[in-house]
Amino acid sequence: MKPAAFDYAVPATIAEAVALLARHEGAKPISGGQSLMPVLNFRLAAPTLLVDLRHLPDLDRIVVEAGGTRLGAKVRWRDIEKSSALAAVTGQPLLCAAIAHVAHYQIRNRGTVGGSLAHADPAAEMPGLAVALDARLRIIGAKGERMVEAGEFFTGPLSTVLEPDELILEVLLPAWPASRRWGFEEFARRRGDFALAGAAVWFDTDAAGCAQNAHVGIIGASDRPRRLPGAEMALNGKALDAVTIAAAVAAARAALDPMSDIHASADYRRALAGTMIERALKAALAR
Amino acid sequence: MPTKFEVNGKAVEVDVEPRMSLADCLRHELHLTGTHLACEHGVCGACTVLVDGEAVRSCLTLAVQAEGRKVVTVEGLSDDAALSPLQAAFRRHNALQCGFCTPGMITTAHALLTEEPDCDADRVREVLSGNLCRCTGYIPIIEAVLEARAAYRAARIQGGR
Repeated sequence: MKPAAFDYAVPATIAEAVALLARHEGAKPISGGQSLMPVLNFRLAAPTLLVDLRHLPDLDRIVVEAGGTRLGAKVRWRDIEKSSALAAVTGQPLLCAAIAHVAHYQIRNRGTVGGSLAHADPAAEMPGLAVALDARLRIIGAKGERMVEAGEFFTGPLSTVLEPDELILEVLLPAWPASRRWGFEEFARRRGDFALAGAAVWFDTDAAGCAQNAHVGIIGASDRPRRLPGAEMALNGKALDAVTIAAAVAAARAALDPMSDIHASADYRRALAGTMIERALKAALAR
Repeated sequence: MPTKFEVNGKAVEVDVEPRMSLADCLRHELHLTGTHLACEHGVCGACTVLVDGEAVRSCLTLAVQAEGRKVVTVEGLSDDAALSPLQAAFRRHNALQCGFCTPGMITTAHALLTEEPDCDADRVREVLSGNLCRCTGYIPIIEAVLEARAAYRAARIQGGR
């Protein structure tokens, strides 16, 4: 359970970090290392150079403004937990509720937003939240900066559009109106374990009290975090009640094609995902 | 790669491969074997140490990443004169049997109680959920940590660490 040998660099600037990643094939960035080090310890990967981001300035800020929220790539779960700005009614309540489910106490002191997004575990909360919340990722590489929508960022299990020389700088979330209805439900055998399935749902309401702009995001029951347009269509333009919720859940289950593994069969995951969506929608109604 | 940091209040300098974990460095270079290794992939908590006051998994931390930091191991949470409040509470409640998980439980509990001496049983359970024990069934550990709160509250009132 020891990693293969690698070189180690601690650049002082983002430009230096990008140059190192660009110059060395087999280089990988490391920050908290809570996803990367298990991979290395199992020898599932063997990078030849680790570029430690610890000295890079300005990547650990949480900014909550009227126009939206920005999370620096090095923001840790602990920082989100402790942020009064995020927890406020003008903050990001769905994000805060979901992050409470991430990992365990010791991991939360080191694990980062950028690390979780770059690692792209389909059962992790942050990738699911990024998709469900219409996040945009600001990324930098040798060719300069670019912005990627979360919905375009994840390409499969543990796969993203990040080039080998690229770093995530920050995550931008749209502003969250206080009147928005939302719910987050996740099932794992132990709290903090990877989700067998989870749902992040939200919608706004029009003057008649009908749902609009519904977002139904799924975690852990697919090869990557996804929104479920069929479930969203079953909600939009309608007042939420047991019938519309059941229709949304049925649409969600029909759209999902989860994997079977030692933790759960595909059928179980599909059923569980539907239940998570149902509970999340009921929680949104009760809010 | 030469690396300088502080362990249990003492400055240390080691020269280790970048791939060496902080856990292995503490155990093999610094001969502080109180920190235990079990899973080596971040799920069991036996390797927990404090880095700048925060509980971390030392199997997922590189020794070279400890550069400039203050590390505290289970050895640093006791002295030979008397049992610490956590040690005394663990003893009173039979919160250890084989002792393998115990250093990780103690360091994690110390971090929690230092920051949240008013935590309740649910919070203790939540925080210790990242530490596995095969012997005790966890209940005596929870009770011991809850009992130790009194000492941490008193230390807070006195402006202690």
